[in-house]
Amino acid sequence: MTRPAPGTLAPAHLAVSGLSLSFGGLKALTDVSFEVRPGTITALIGPNGAGKTSLFNCISGFYRPREGHIRLDGQDITHTHPPARARAGLARTFQNIALFKGMTVLDNIKLGRHAHMRTNLLQALAYWSAARREEMELRAEVERQIIDFLEIDHIRNKPVASLSYGLQKRVELARALAMRPRLLMLDEPVAGMNREETEDMARFILDVKEEWGISILMVEHDMGMVMDISDHVVVLNFGKVIAQGPPAQVQGDPQVAAAYLGSGNPAELMRRLSAIGEAA
Amino acid sequence: MRIATAKETYVADEGLLTTNTQRAWMIILALVLVLAPFVLNAYWLYLACLVAINVASATGLNILTGYTGLVSLGQAAFMAVGAYAVAFLDGHLGTPFLLNIFAAGLVAAAVGVLVGVPSLRVKGLYLAIATIAASFILHFVFTHWVSVTGGMSGVNVAPARLFGIELASPFALYFVIVPITAVMVLGAANLFRTRIGRAFIAIRDRDISAEVLGIPLLQYKLMSFALSSFYAGVAGGMWAYFFRVVTPESFPFATSIFFLAAVIVGGLGTILGPILGAAFMTLVPELLKYVVEWLGPVFPNAGAALSPVRTIVFGALIVFFLVFEPQGLAEIVRRIRRFFHLWPFKT
Repeated sequence: MTRPAPGTLAPAHLAVSGLSLSFGGLKALTDVSFEVRPGTITALIGPNGAGKTSLFNCISGFYRPREGHIRLDGQDITHTHPPARARAGLARTFQNIALFKGMTVLDNIKLGRHAHMRTNLLQALAYWSAARREEMELRAEVERQIIDFLEIDHIRNKPVASLSYGLQKRVELARALAMRPRLLMLDEPVAGMNREETEDMARFILDVKEEWGISILMVEHDMGMVMDISDHVVVLNFGKVIAQGPPAQVQGDPQVAAAYLGSGNPAELMRRLSAIGEAA
Repeated sequence: MRIATAKETYVADEGLLTTNTQRAWMIILALVLVLAPFVLNAYWLYLACLVAINVASATGLNILTGYTGLVSLGQAAFMAVGAYAVAFLDGHLGTPFLLNIFAAGLVAAAVGVLVGVPSLRVKGLYLAIATIAASFILHFVFTHWVSVTGGMSGVNVAPARLFGIELASPFALYFVIVPITAVMVLGAANLFRTRIGRAFIAIRDRDISAEVLGIPLLQYKLMSFALSSFYAGVAGGMWAYFFRVVTPESFPFATSIFFLAAVIVGGLGTILGPILGAAFMTLVPELLKYVVEWLGPVFPNAGAALSPVRTIVFGALIVFFLVFEPQGLAEIVRRIRRFFHLWPFKT
């Protein structure tokens, strides 16, 4: 099994500064600033409606922020289209799985590489040597680097619609990895999973960080996992960043406890979180 | 039962034909296609050419509607553009046959791109209505641009000539039309093994995530329109050489519905679908005609009484397929294949 050699995918540095977004009179995001440092896992948490998904959509290019900048390795990408961001090394998964249901697992993963391929229409129609060579290189690379890595070789020719929820989430991660990302954005990677699936996914996310060496930004509600695997946590509430820092520091922040519980007692938050963890 | 199909290379695994049974069937098909003209009479040969032309056009529509998910009711109008292009080139410039056919495809593709521009904003039924509007505009152009189209009376096309041989009979044209169609079908099959074909399917299944993966939607939707109308244009060009006269009524709006029905009956988003669908839609009315003739001795007035019944039976057959096999004829073929793959273990 070969993985990309260290350094081939240089991890990206994402800097979001002063980002504001509004829908009519509703302020979804107000002056949001944070960083994802190269090669780290940054988690974005907050109660429902805090603006996490809006922020994700700004970074991936679906929403145009009213103010502020999004920089990838110092390059301003605030106003570029989603395909250009994909080429710059941004890949994401969706909260509600956004795979292509009519295609097999293998074709879904191959689609991730689309922006990096060169075959034009004429070559495609004739399946000429250049087109064939490119397809075969892609197949070999996908098999070696991604299918083996994520342990999905037994389902590669299955239609996506026939897979379990947990496997579909894994295929979506595989497709994002096929994009050769330098910043991987995961929108609730373990939502709706049972404990075993959650642990598998957490292990894969850590493996991606360690072996691929790329930067990861994730939105997640599962506090246990967030506190376990992230290097940096950003807490949003009502569209504003109310706290950020290492997991331990954020856990003890009275403002965070207030956002989740309505009272400023961190000990109470910890007690409730561990109760949820035991129940699950 | 299907055995001994393990693949050692990715090239073999991604081939168009992956089993020896498939290869054998393909050789038989090729032999049948080559020998058919020496066996069939003129009438059936005429029908065979017509089926081939319709397969080419239906394959094009399938790229757009079946694979890219953009419903179009303009296929007949694009065919007409191709037919008029051939008539004009042949009559005014006297350019060679194959060049005219190719140019017909290119002209139709250019018109297709124009018609496809609204597809970035409108989808589904709204896009279908937009393509209907485009086909009525084109019909208006055909009837009024008299210097090129000959107005209502249309234009005549001289018999095609290839390498000095005059292709006037269905027998001669068969040997040109069928290979051209075969190449076009092969092209479509190849397309969906590459990044461009996958991008089309991605746009059909979920356009937002397609965009995140770096697929520029407008560019690919227009490419799909261009390719689909290229196929229609080439089919229309072959049609012009086959019938030798093109009028605005050669490609009525109902023909667009005919092609959409052919793709749906055959199976959306499959290579086999439009082939089976176009053959079904072209041949079944003819077969029903024979049935009516056989009933002649039994019912003295069968011809007069049963010809409307024929149309009703044809319509009922289409409804029957939509209800009982919504995936189309291609799905029936796939089911038969699966039966033989697993036999005798599971039926």
